[in-house]
Amino acid sequence: MRARHRVRELAQQAGLRLVDQTKFVTAVSELARNTIIHGGGGRLRAGLLLDGARQGVYATFEDDGPGIPDVQMALTDGFSTGTGLGLGFGGARRLVNDFDVRDNPTGGTIVRVATWR
Amino acid sequence: MDRVNRIPILKLGHLLLVSIQVDMHDRMALALQEDLAERIAETGARGVLIDISGLEFIDSFIGRMLSDIAGIARVLDADTVVVGMRPVVAITLVDLGLTLPGVRTALTVERGMAMLPAPTVDEDPGDEEAETAGP
Ligand SMILES: Nc1ncnc2c1ncn2[C@@H]1O[C@H](COP(=O)(O)OP(=O)(O)OP(=O)(O)O)[C@@H](O)[C@H]1O
Ligand SMILES: [Mg+2]
Repeated sequence: MRARHRVRELAQQAGLRLVDQTKFVTAVSELARNTIIHGGGGRLRAGLLLDGARQGVYATFEDDGPGIPDVQMALTDGFSTGTGLGLGFGGARRLVNDFDVRDNPTGGTIVRVATWR
Repeated sequence: MDRVNRIPILKLGHLLLVSIQVDMHDRMALALQEDLAERIAETGARGVLIDISGLEFIDSFIGRMLSDIAGIARVLDADTVVVGMRPVVAITLVDLGLTLPGVRTALTVERGMAMLPAPTVDEDPGDEEAETAGP
């Protein structure tokens, strides 16, 4: 919860419009929940991005869980290995500008999202 | 731990009113679900009005909770209307792909109230019937 507030503050600082702030915070909430439920808990890092004149906000989720064998499948709406609706992962991708999933070299999953002003 | 941060439920005649003013913790959301079910059974409420104008975002967890509340209320013979969704929350919800199955929505409290049974306060209807029952 505290993390969502911090991410909201960062999104504000990056100068995102209210609708993009809301989308980013919602995506972070979905991904944080996945990290806990499917990844067995993990770490969230977030911060501001500066690329020339462009400003943005990013968040990285890293866990030591089982990893995602088929990312394409996991991103499909309605696909869930749990009891969920299977919307969080694919939905989060639609809510942000940049979306990157990779295997954690030490096992588990790393998801990185970013949205630009 | 359990008594802190419970969302208050107000009774207005046949209606129960809930106003969610903060972004809910998961535990608060689950507590609200249980509290509402109990209050509906206890009071025989026919309608539940949930004001979400205080919610800054709705993720799949909160969306599911709203659907579940509507489903629970339905089997307890009460209708649920969710009112006051912020425009940016609605936009985000659609992008996320959440449809809130079973949840009826209205823009304002007034319009939501109009969709529910009138919140008349009945003063012991048993007595009234007794008075008019005789020949
Ligand atoms: N960090 C992760 N580690 C392992 N598997 C994951 C992770 N994140 C997502 N997945 C896999 O991707 C699937 C789809 O995720 P998604 O968030 O869309 O649905 P869900 O979490 O199962 O349900 P919902 O988010 O709708 O409540 C999950 O069921 C899980 O199998
Ligand atoms: Mg999920």
